[in-house]
Amino acid sequence: MLMRESIVMKIHYGTALGAVFLTVIHIMMRMTQDFHESLEYENVLANYEMIGYAILLELLLILISVHGFNGLRVILLEIRQGATYEKGVTYGCIAAMAILIAYGTRTILMANMGMV
Amino acid sequence: MRTTNPKISEEKSETIVSSTKSIKLRIKRSNPEVNSEERFDDFIVPIEKWTTVLDALLDAKSHLDHSIGIRYSCRQASCGSCGMKINGKPSLACFTKISDLDSDTITVEPMDNFPIVRDLAVNFTRMFNNHKKVMPYVIRDDSEITSDSGVKETLQTPEDVEKYIQFSSCIKCGLCNSACPTMAMDTSFIGPQALAQAYRYIADNRDEGKKNRLKVIDESHGIWRCHAAGSCSQVCPKGVDPAMGIQMLRSYLLGIRD
Repeated sequence: MLMRESIVMKIHYGTALGAVFLTVIHIMMRMTQDFHESLEYENVLANYEMIGYAILLELLLILISVHGFNGLRVILLEIRQGATYEKGVTYGCIAAMAILIAYGTRTILMANMGMV
Repeated sequence: MRTTNPKISEEKSETIVSSTKSIKLRIKRSNPEVNSEERFDDFIVPIEKWTTVLDALLDAKSHLDHSIGIRYSCRQASCGSCGMKINGKPSLACFTKISDLDSDTITVEPMDNFPIVRDLAVNFTRMFNNHKKVMPYVIRDDSEITSDSGVKETLQTPEDVEKYIQFSSCIKCGLCNSACPTMAMDTSFIGPQALAQAYRYIADNRDEGKKNRLKVIDESHGIWRCHAAGSCSQVCPKGVDPAMGIQMLRSYLLGIRD
């Protein structure tokens, strides 16, 4: 066991609340201009180039990845049991979460630095 | 010479011939030790308005088929032996009157989420093991028996007792575990019965074992796997509310309560 389940679940609930809060800000940002206009390629890239917005997206990525992959771990642990399986699921979810965060961070950084 | 009171004789005769109704009892039969076959056997049994499902089952066992496998003991909802699924709902057979079911066909099946021993009798080993795991007794360093004067009392106020008294009514019948959707999926889940008992002792102000009990339930197949469906509380024949106990335990673990 990596950490006590209550700590994992505190992180789970905390990331859910944080993700909802940041998603509300993210959606409200669409209201600064016409909705369709806000989704145009140039405007989306411009969002990434704002350092504050890039940090918001990075935080959103981390919160949703942690919450989502822990949720997946919980579902998989309920479907089947067994020491090897459970260890595989736990480490598999951590690895998948790390890969997703790394890939997402790369995208955010590249867009922020004008590399796309 | 004794004369017979016509009123008394009339009452007696009424009592004797009062059984006028019958119901169909459908019993799920299986014996995993022999084969994996499962079937329903139907029995027509006479009932009175006070007949319980257990009475009907014992009637069928006595007069129609001695091989019906059933576990029972006290017949008064105290021992927790005769839990089964009656018309789809986990219930105590001795505590369910047929007249209350409002049906001419009563289907009885073994409880879900327990391995079947035979017919309606299920194996309680997993539930009792989980029950033992939560240390269902008052833990404290001192004792009520002292070396000098003999005994001392650990006094409690009515408010102290109120905090846990409903949870001490648990008769370990397993109906809550049978109704629990998580128990159906997760074979390692500790279950609402054990969790309710963990709360019963943690809420008892004489107890000092809170830290150890929280450690037991705070693992990957412990309290966090409960989905708060609340079916455990719906089926408890003793009015225990395991779902509430689970939420209280969670509040301890989340640091909302001390």
